[in-house]
Amino acid sequence: MTVQTFLHQVLSGLADGSLYAAIALALVMIFKATHQVNFAQGEMAMFSTFVAYTLCGAGVPYWIAFLITLAFSFVFGVAVQRTIVQWLTRLPHASELTAVVVFIGLLVVFNGTAGLIWGYTNKEFPSPFDQKAWYGSTYLNPHEVGMIGVTLIVLGIVFAFFRFTRLGLAMRAAAENPQSSRLAGIRVGWMLALGWGLAALLGSIAGMMAAPKLFLDPNLMGGVILYGFAAALLGGIDNPWGAPIGGFIVGVLVNLGGAYVVGSHLQQTLALGVIVAVLVFKPSGLFGRTVVVRV
Amino acid sequence: MTALLALDKVDADYGPTTVLRGVTLEVPDGGMVALLGANGAGKTTTLRAICHMGVKTRGAIRFAGKRIDGMPTESIVRLGIGHVPEGRGTFLSLSVEENLKLGAMMRRDRGIAADVARICDYFPVLRERMDQQAGTLSGGEQQMLAIARALMGKPRLLLLDEPSFGLAPVLVQEIFRILRVINKEERMSMLLVEQNARLALDLVSQVFLLETGRVVASGPPQQIAADETVRRAYLGQ
Repeated sequence: MTVQTFLHQVLSGLADGSLYAAIALALVMIFKATHQVNFAQGEMAMFSTFVAYTLCGAGVPYWIAFLITLAFSFVFGVAVQRTIVQWLTRLPHASELTAVVVFIGLLVVFNGTAGLIWGYTNKEFPSPFDQKAWYGSTYLNPHEVGMIGVTLIVLGIVFAFFRFTRLGLAMRAAAENPQSSRLAGIRVGWMLALGWGLAALLGSIAGMMAAPKLFLDPNLMGGVILYGFAAALLGGIDNPWGAPIGGFIVGVLVNLGGAYVVGSHLQQTLALGVIVAVLVFKPSGLFGRTVVVRV
Repeated sequence: MTALLALDKVDADYGPTTVLRGVTLEVPDGGMVALLGANGAGKTTTLRAICHMGVKTRGAIRFAGKRIDGMPTESIVRLGIGHVPEGRGTFLSLSVEENLKLGAMMRRDRGIAADVARICDYFPVLRERMDQQAGTLSGGEQQMLAIARALMGKPRLLLLDEPSFGLAPVLVQEIFRILRVINKEERMSMLLVEQNARLALDLVSQVFLLETGRVVASGPPQQIAADETVRRAYLGQ
């Protein structure tokens, strides 16, 4: 074990971690607002990535295809919330288990639909980052550096949006206290839909960043969503700040564990290990916040 | 005097349990009205019925002449009804300033920062706590914040659900004094639900007395206070 390979494993762990960070934040955003876990988050991201693939195949320049895909994903997420999720919450006897079953159903539907449209063979997906760009090195190739960069920029924008804009404040309020939000004239239903749109948008970025590395097929996000869950739980499922940090930690942990301990075939087991460990030892996650309440 | 708010034979129920039966009451424009009654008489439900919060209603509810029954809560409050709910409805994890800004969420004008300053003149303690997480405020401070948040929406009518609940008597006096000032200075109408009947009688110009979901007496506070049976049965005097 040389220092170089160790460093390489850590850094490429961070690169993979950026994918998990984005997916974990998407999961946390929805969980915080409605206490639902969207098991279909990864498949929605995969579907969006296929849209980008089709656009690129039609000759649309990469970054324009990227932006169109973000817009598509946002609308897609809003539409899923306004139709299926809203219908679900109006069911007379819906429980949390009903939601779980419906979201797993969505997972299967999106997976199958993508297979129907685009087939199950691996497809090459372009990277927007030049293979020989100056920021590449022996430790990280340009695409991996780009993944980290894009993720950090997007996370920054998302947090600034929630922290500094009126709409962001309204969305946080709707998630924390729907009833008081309604009394403040906030249209809570639409805030939840916007949250779904933003989550789908984040997921699509993870998908588009993952695809050049993993190749594109309907099962693109199967592993990523698992690591994303581990990351969200590790960071604290109700803490949007913890989710990305959890993502990077899981990325490094899984890479190091794969390289030195369990081997690459058992890497996903590590994610499950993280999930179990968090649930057993610290269910609120590393950064699970407790709201201070005085009565 | 024209009525700003008028309930005409309103029934309300939570699923199978009917709570209000044929409640008819009016709040005149610029007026202060109290809704009194024992625990479980339907006072809170009346306020919730007005804002269509978790209750089903029958009968007509009019605000500024317009039918509002059946409209979604968000749309009702946007017409100019501020609701200080039971339990205060504080956004506990957000800062005091964010709570106040949320109160003004339905406004599109540029006077919001000025209104924060103006409302903090009524409640100076909020100015000191501006950046603090609202969950760390004391009960009394949270009550002031709840009223301030409702005021930020510049409502024409303020619905107050037991603003005295759980507060020290001095603080209750203070909050009632401020409510009187706001009613005079801003011509804001108020419908006040109170357990503390004596305080409420001092404040308002009209009283409705609820018993098991029905209005059993109404009139000016002197008349209600003078009525021997009413006093014995509901005012505990």
